[in-house]
Amino acid sequence: MLVQKYYQNERFVPDKEMDACGLFGVMHTGGVRFGGQMAIDAIKNMKVRGSGLGGGFAIYGLYPKYKDYYALHIIYQNKNLAAKKVVEAFLKKHFYVIFDEEIPTNPDIRLFAPPLSWRYFVAPQKSSAEEDVPDDEYVISKVMHLNSEIEDAYVFSSGKDVGVFKGVGFPEEIADYFMLDKLYEGYIWTVHSRFPTNTPGWWGGAHPLSILDWTVVHNGEISSYGANRRFLEMHNYYCTLHTDTEVLAYAVDLLMRRQGLPIEVVAKIFAPPMWDAIRHMNDNDKELYTALRMTYAPLLMNGPFTVIVAHHNEMIGLTDRIRLRPITAGAKGELVFLSSEEAAIHAVCPDLELAWTPPGGEPVVVRLHTKDHLQSLNKSI
Amino acid sequence: MYDYLLPEFLVERREDSCIRCRVCERQCANNVHLYDTELDRFFLSEKDCVGCQRCVELCPTGALYVHPRLADYRPNSSWTRDKMQNLKKQAATGGVVLTGSGNDKPYRVYWDHLLLNASQVTNPSIDPLREPMEMQTFLGRKPDTLKIEFSEGKAKLASEMCPNVPVQIPLVFSAMSLGAISYPAFKSLAMAAKETGVLFNTGEGGLPVEMRDEYADCAIVQCASGRFGVDLDYLNSARIIEIKIGQGAKPGIGGHLPGEKVSDYIAQTRMIPRGTDALSPAPQHDIYSIEDLSMLIYALKEATNYTKPVSVKIAAVHNVAAIASGIVRAGADIVAIDGIRGGTGAAPLATRDNVGIPLELALASVDKRLRDEGIRNKCSVMAAGGIRSSADAIKAIALGADGVYIGTAALVAMGCTLCHKCYTGKCNWGICTQNPYLTKRLNPELTSQRLINLLKGWSHEIQEMLGGLGVNAIESLRGNHEHLRGVGLEEWELNVLGVKGAGE
Amino acid sequence: MNGFNVKFGYRDNFLDNLQPVDILYNTRVSTDGCRATINALGLKHKELNDLLRETVQSGGKELVINNVFGQRYIGTRLYLPSEDNKLHIEVNKFPGNDLGAFLNGHRVIVHGNAQDGVGNTMDSGEIIVHGRAGDVTAMSMRGGKIFIRDNVGYRTAIHMKEYRDKVPVLVVGGTAQDFLGEYMAGGIVLLLGLNLQESEPHRANYIGTGMHGGVIYLRGCLAEHQLGKEVGVLPLDDQDKAKIDCYVREYCNHFGGNPEEILNGSFQKLIPVSLRPYGQIYAY
Repeated sequence: MLVQKYYQNERFVPDKEMDACGLFGVMHTGGVRFGGQMAIDAIKNMKVRGSGLGGGFAIYGLYPKYKDYYALHIIYQNKNLAAKKVVEAFLKKHFYVIFDEEIPTNPDIRLFAPPLSWRYFVAPQKSSAEEDVPDDEYVISKVMHLNSEIEDAYVFSSGKDVGVFKGVGFPEEIADYFMLDKLYEGYIWTVHSRFPTNTPGWWGGAHPLSILDWTVVHNGEISSYGANRRFLEMHNYYCTLHTDTEVLAYAVDLLMRRQGLPIEVVAKIFAPPMWDAIRHMNDNDKELYTALRMTYAPLLMNGPFTVIVAHHNEMIGLTDRIRLRPITAGAKGELVFLSSEEAAIHAVCPDLELAWTPPGGEPVVVRLHTKDHLQSLNKSI
Repeated sequence: MYDYLLPEFLVERREDSCIRCRVCERQCANNVHLYDTELDRFFLSEKDCVGCQRCVELCPTGALYVHPRLADYRPNSSWTRDKMQNLKKQAATGGVVLTGSGNDKPYRVYWDHLLLNASQVTNPSIDPLREPMEMQTFLGRKPDTLKIEFSEGKAKLASEMCPNVPVQIPLVFSAMSLGAISYPAFKSLAMAAKETGVLFNTGEGGLPVEMRDEYADCAIVQCASGRFGVDLDYLNSARIIEIKIGQGAKPGIGGHLPGEKVSDYIAQTRMIPRGTDALSPAPQHDIYSIEDLSMLIYALKEATNYTKPVSVKIAAVHNVAAIASGIVRAGADIVAIDGIRGGTGAAPLATRDNVGIPLELALASVDKRLRDEGIRNKCSVMAAGGIRSSADAIKAIALGADGVYIGTAALVAMGCTLCHKCYTGKCNWGICTQNPYLTKRLNPELTSQRLINLLKGWSHEIQEMLGGLGVNAIESLRGNHEHLRGVGLEEWELNVLGVKGAGE
Repeated sequence: MNGFNVKFGYRDNFLDNLQPVDILYNTRVSTDGCRATINALGLKHKELNDLLRETVQSGGKELVINNVFGQRYIGTRLYLPSEDNKLHIEVNKFPGNDLGAFLNGHRVIVHGNAQDGVGNTMDSGEIIVHGRAGDVTAMSMRGGKIFIRDNVGYRTAIHMKEYRDKVPVLVVGGTAQDFLGEYMAGGIVLLLGLNLQESEPHRANYIGTGMHGGVIYLRGCLAEHQLGKEVGVLPLDDQDKAKIDCYVREYCNHFGGNPEEILNGSFQKLIPVSLRPYGQIYAY
């Protein structure tokens, strides 16, 4: 979710909120779509990792019928219909809206202050001045405008063939509310159960956070947040959600989408090897890792974290370099799992074939139609 | 290597009063006074004097005078004498500069800028000497509501209460471990707590087995990063279990009891081999995150069959309010906030003097945050760190604390003179040392009486002030900012404290 | 903050909506003399531990817990000071964090993988895991024995201690991740490296940083930079060999394998170079 807000004075930048959580992700590397039961049951198994103050899901391969269009999930806080009117006028002006509807919810599930949720499938409608702007950048700028300028309206996700469902509550309640297990299928599900140390009651604070088809769920606290945030501001990302997950999401966007670096390298920027380890590398690696650390020093994510980053065709699990937060990977056939706790994987996949725990800073990269995730196996326990 | 250090104190002896009784020589563990029998005169090793005033107090003829030797170098408000001395110390040793006790830097003491209210005309003040004045406080989690069975005009409680612990006065002795302080000092705290119906806190040095029968019932036991002396018997014997995350004097760093202080008795109580360093790591290595804290809180509740409140003590740091909220949501029954002026047996000077925030601001923001989130009743809040008098304590309660931890004040009552040399193990007052020659200077029977007197005095003072406010139960003052006004504070400070300026 | 007139308040993730223990006991436990079988499927942490306590109080001595998926603190609440009150607990299959935390004398056998915090601050007893274990295994352990058939995660045996006649023992069949034996103050760790290839070094870096007591016996090889600077490497003496012999045989008793073959491998002994690793860093 992107919001652009410029603070004249650092004093008034809101404090970041700190989160800790349970994470779970599951992907079918064959691209077969499946329902949400595994993700829901797994996160429910880890209920005590969250505090009921936020839960959410990201689903890939969600809208095959509209897969060529940007799917905007927009919520209207306080069910503000005036905001909806303004948003729809804006969409009409800047996009071709192919189809829109209210996101169906289960009226029997009572959650805290649920907003009105709506989805729009759109294609860019650029003015002549904007013709040269790539589609993705165009969408991002419009999404950012909606989030920043229109009160009570927030775009939760804006990628193609992907959607984020999230809110205030335990994740299984969010799933029930949006009837995820009944209505949707996807080939990647990531889910997050939140334990924030901050004021609840705001649906936008839940995870996953997303930009286009990139989503991030995160557990931990990034102690380098201030340094990371100010570096990203230089690149026009303004962190306004007051959560450290946001810097991760933007950093992923900057490095992977805009600068085109592969995740294997990005992992080494976020969680670089110690200088001590670099000293023991061969010359080629020594040069590479020294350059990476020098160039991207402000993007070292210091402090405890585990993240699951996903976008089309890829799901990535990564921890900080001294593994202060847990992650376990598992596999059975073409299903690959990432989870905060191993038992949660077993609980939803009793005949699991493999379970492994990568060392800190070593990504588990799950790619469509590959066995790339097994590359981390050798270095793991 | 020659250290180039100047003496910090001047020691003067009035030769005409001195009767050569050599008390000073015997009392000084730093060997400042040396008597030469042949010459019949005292020699001084002034640079070893720490200014603890032990010799001055005990000199039968009042012949001694110890006072700070202030500016010897050219006066310089940036390169102060302290700064220069530390540089020289480090140049000689390459070490981390240590200190003891609490922060002595002139950060604003907000207690001194808060004033209490009193009744005049519109409501009567109360005289606590003749009328009831209630101070009993329950520490622990309170429910949102109660289930009451009401039949035939009789009401009966139908809900189960969470474990709570009453204290007769909302003053509790801070965590000071056996090892950091001497056995007589430790025992004195326990005896005084028992006598006055309050609690003492074992710190993370364990609770000696033979003290458990008598004193465990008024003990808060700590489970800290070193897990010293922590077993099921220890946990189950106590009244409250406290998870120590941080300490106001040294937020973010661990502790370190040097091997030479780990005597047989200390080793036995901490359950470690004699003579090894007792290292308390900076974090608890099973807690790297808020949900891990939750895991330990419930591990302790499991270990004690859900019969004891679990407290979590943190240092007051920048986002203390958010952290406290997380702690409550993680299942803690008590949150203890230790401010920047909290004491310690040993801490790096750089940390003690530069890390953390004042208790007053932290306390007010924690209380506000918990109220904003509607979870203030889910925990008790303990305020710790630099509470110097009953007035500080009552102001802390008015700012939102349920109870107040007193550490340094209790040590001073026992004899401490805040010389800040606790880490040397040479405490002439027998408090912060394991040297038997020094520790026997404290007699628990007498010292505990001093502590009891202190609590009694404070308690009367608090009652007087409560009465003056026109309330006769401490809970009517708790979190009652109406009875506080600020003077000499800036707008933002008043905002954070949540109090009006005087006259507003 | 939202603008509503209602506070979100507090939701208890551990204790909300617990089922009463008597109902659980009647539906989940089947007993046969002092042997009780418990079905843990879907139970919350406290429900299962309530049930264990109830079962023990009704005379259970051998507990078999089935369908365990992530339930925490198994064994923690069974504090029975008397020596002859020691229980035998079998866990099928996947216990949650803090298995046997503060454990007091019981024997816990896990037929599956364990997670983080196995034997956290354990006092006495035995934990045997037929699988692997996660991070901070045997943290602050003070007595008893832990056997892990496969690998262990980060910070294994961190701050393990010993005290008088209590010397904790941790035997790991596989390898470990970083910070093995960090802050270690006592006890014995035996790392067998059975699943490593010939001449493949152990996985852990920073082994024994801050170590100031106890001993780590390591089978297999390791580069020097994997060791923390507070650790020294020594060859084995006869006493060491006797200890290793004893624990390797015990390991094989639990998990199978040929003790002679294991004992044939090359072992090294890691001990702290000082009991006071940080004695010199302060300026007094």
